Amino acid sequence: MENHKPSKDLFVPVDRAENESEKITRPSLSFWQDSFIRLRKNVGAMIGLFVLLFIGFMAIFGPYMNPYGEFEQDLSRAKMPPKVEGLGWLGMDGMLTSVQTADTVEGAEEKALMRFNNQEEFITTSVLSEGGNGEPAEVEAVYDVYGAKGLEDQNFWFGTDGLGRDLWTRTWKGTRISLYIALLAAAIDMVIGVAYGGISAYYGGRVDNIMQRIIEIIVGIPNLVIVILMILILEPGIISITIALTITGWIGMARIIRGQVLKLKNQEFVLASKTLGAQDNRVLRKHLVPNVLGLIIINTMFTIPNAIFFEAFLSFIGLGLPTPIASLGTLIEDGFNSLQIYPHILLFPAIIISLLMIAFNILADGLRDAFDPKMRE
Amino acid sequence: MTRYIIQRLVYMIITMFLIATFTFFLMKFLPGTPLSAADKLSEEQQQVVLEKYGLDDPVPVQYFNYIFNLLQGDMGISFQFDNREVTTIIFERIGPSMTLGVQAMVIGTILGMLLGLVSAIYHNGFLDYGSTFIAVIGKSIPSFVFAGILQYFVGVKLGWFPVALWEGWEYTVLPTVALAIFPIAIAARFMRTEMLEVMGSDYITTARAKGVNKFGVVFKHGLRNALIPLITVLGPLAIGLMTGTLVIENIFAVPGIGEQFVKAINTNDFPIIMGTTLLIAFLFIFIVLIIDLLYGVIDPRIRLAEGE
Repeated sequence: MENHKPSKDLFVPVDRAENESEKITRPSLSFWQDSFIRLRKNVGAMIGLFVLLFIGFMAIFGPYMNPYGEFEQDLSRAKMPPKVEGLGWLGMDGMLTSVQTADTVEGAEEKALMRFNNQEEFITTSVLSEGGNGEPAEVEAVYDVYGAKGLEDQNFWFGTDGLGRDLWTRTWKGTRISLYIALLAAAIDMVIGVAYGGISAYYGGRVDNIMQRIIEIIVGIPNLVIVILMILILEPGIISITIALTITGWIGMARIIRGQVLKLKNQEFVLASKTLGAQDNRVLRKHLVPNVLGLIIINTMFTIPNAIFFEAFLSFIGLGLPTPIASLGTLIEDGFNSLQIYPHILLFPAIIISLLMIAFNILADGLRDAFDPKMRE
Repeated sequence: MTRYIIQRLVYMIITMFLIATFTFFLMKFLPGTPLSAADKLSEEQQQVVLEKYGLDDPVPVQYFNYIFNLLQGDMGISFQFDNREVTTIIFERIGPSMTLGVQAMVIGTILGMLLGLVSAIYHNGFLDYGSTFIAVIGKSIPSFVFAGILQYFVGVKLGWFPVALWEGWEYTVLPTVALAIFPIAIAARFMRTEMLEVMGSDYITTARAKGVNKFGVVFKHGLRNALIPLITVLGPLAIGLMTGTLVIENIFAVPGIGEQFVKAINTNDFPIIMGTTLLIAFLFIFIVLIIDLLYGVIDPRIRLAEGE
C-alpha cells in the first residue's frame, strides 16, 4: 500500500470574511414561534385541534341543518332509529334488528313479528339457525320503522328519543352547553385563578398568608359537596352550575401561579424593572404574566375536560340542567333507560362527549410538550 | 411529627364543623318540609309531624340540637323512610360502596402501574404507544359512558356478567371494571413519567455499570423509587372514585351510598342528604390526611422538611 501524499495544488485558501463566523445562519425564533412549530409537528395534538374545531362548528350550525326543533315532541315518531340517506351501510338505515330464539323456527318467527307490533309487510325475517338437537332456533327480523310509520320522506340522522324529539338537534344543542362550560372554566381559571395566585405571591407577607388560609379552607371542603349544596339552594340550571364552578374552579390554577410567581419575583429582571421605577401593576403585567403564560395555557387546557365532565356528571345524576333542556349528560342519562332495545339514544351523545374529552386531553398534552420542552419525557 | 399530626387533626375538626354548620343552614333555606303533601292533615297532625322531626323549635335551638346529636352519631330521621334513622340507613349501605371502591382502587392501581412500567421499559416502542393510548382513552371517556359500553356489550350482548343488581360476587365485576378504568389511566401515566425519570438518574447508571441485569435494575432500583411519588396521586384517585361511585351505583343499581344519595336528592330527603354529605366530606378529608402522613412516613426527606 502506497501512502499517497496529496499535491499542494489541491488546496485552495478559504476566503475568510471577518464577520462570517458571527453570522446567524438560522432565523431567530421567539418563544411563541418555537412553541407553535413544535405544536404543529405533534400529529395527535393537531388531530385533537381539528376534532375540536369540527365539534365547535357542528355545535354552532348543527341544530339548523334539519327542520326539527329541540323541544318538538311527537309521540308518533318516538324512538326512531337513526337514518341517513346514503349511509345505510353504516347501519344508519332506519331499520331495527332483533334476534329471537324459540324451540321451532315458526315460534321464533312469531316472536320476532310480535316484537315489532306484527307489522308484517315491513318486517323481513331470515332464519339464522334451524335449531334441533336441543339447540333453539334463531330468527333475525329486520323492521323498517320509517316505512311502517309512513315517514319514508323523513330522515332523523341520529334518530329520535322516547318523546319523538330529534336527537341530532338535541345532541348538538347539548354540545353547546358543554362548550359553554369549557369556555367558562377557561375564563375562571385565567381571570380569578391567575389574579388570585399572582397577587398572593407578588405582595407576599400578610396578604399571602391570609389568601392562602382562605384557599386552604375552600380546598378542605370537597368540590362535589360545594356544588351539590349550591345547586340545592339555587334552582338546578345553567346559572347554578356556573356559580358552583366559579366558587371552586380556580384553586388549582391559583396555587400553580403562586408557586411560579414566587420563583420569578426575586429574579434579576424584575429587580431591574423595579429599580427603573416600574409600578407593581406594570411588573405584574409586563414581566410576570408573560413568563407564566405558557403555564396558564397548559393548565387551562387540563381544567377544561374536567369541567366538561363535571357538568355532564351533574346532569347525569339529576343535579345539572332541568329536563327539557338538552345537555350531553341528560341525553346519556336518558339513553340508559332504553339501552337494551334502543342503544342509539345513548350512542351519539356518548360518542360526542368522548371525542370532546379525548380531543381536549390530547391537545393539552401537546401544548404541554410544546410550551415546556423540559416536561417532555 | 406529632405536632404536625395534631395540627392537622385540629384543622380537620374545624373543617368538619364548618361543613356541618354550612349544610345545616343551607338546608334551612331550602323549600320543602316533611309536610309537602300536608293539605290533607289537620293542624294537630301537622304539629305532631313537626315535633317528630324537631322542626317546631326555633332555628338556633334546632341547630344546637343538630350539632349535639351529631356528636353522638345521631343524624336524625329520614323524611322518606318512616322512622328510620339516617345513621342506620347509611351503615346498611356502606358495604357495597366500600367493596366497589376498594376493588376498583386495588385493581386499578396495580394494573395501571404495570401498564406504566411496560411503557417506561419499552420507551417509544409499540407497547409504549399502546399503553399511552389506553391511558388517554381511560382518562377521557367519562365513567358513565364506559359503564354503558360495558353494560351493553359485556352484559347484554355477550351475557358474561349480570347487568345490574347486587346479589353476589359476579355482580361486582362490571361496576368494578367501570370504576377501575380511571385509576388505571392515571396510575399508568404517572408511573410512566416517574419511571422514566428514575431510570435516567445516576444511581441507575451506576447499578448498570456494576453489572446488575435489566430485571434487577428495573424492579429493585427503579420501581422502588418510582413508587414513592405514586402515593401523592392515590388521594386524588380515591376522591375520583368516590365521585365515580355516585353514578356507577345508579347505573348498575348497586344498593350503596351513592345510589341512596341521588335518590335522596330527587326526593328532597334532607336528613339523608346532610348525612351523606357529611360522610363524603369526612372521607375526603380523612383520605387527604392519611395520604399526607403516609408520604412523610415513606419518604424521610419530607419528614425532615416538615420538622424545620
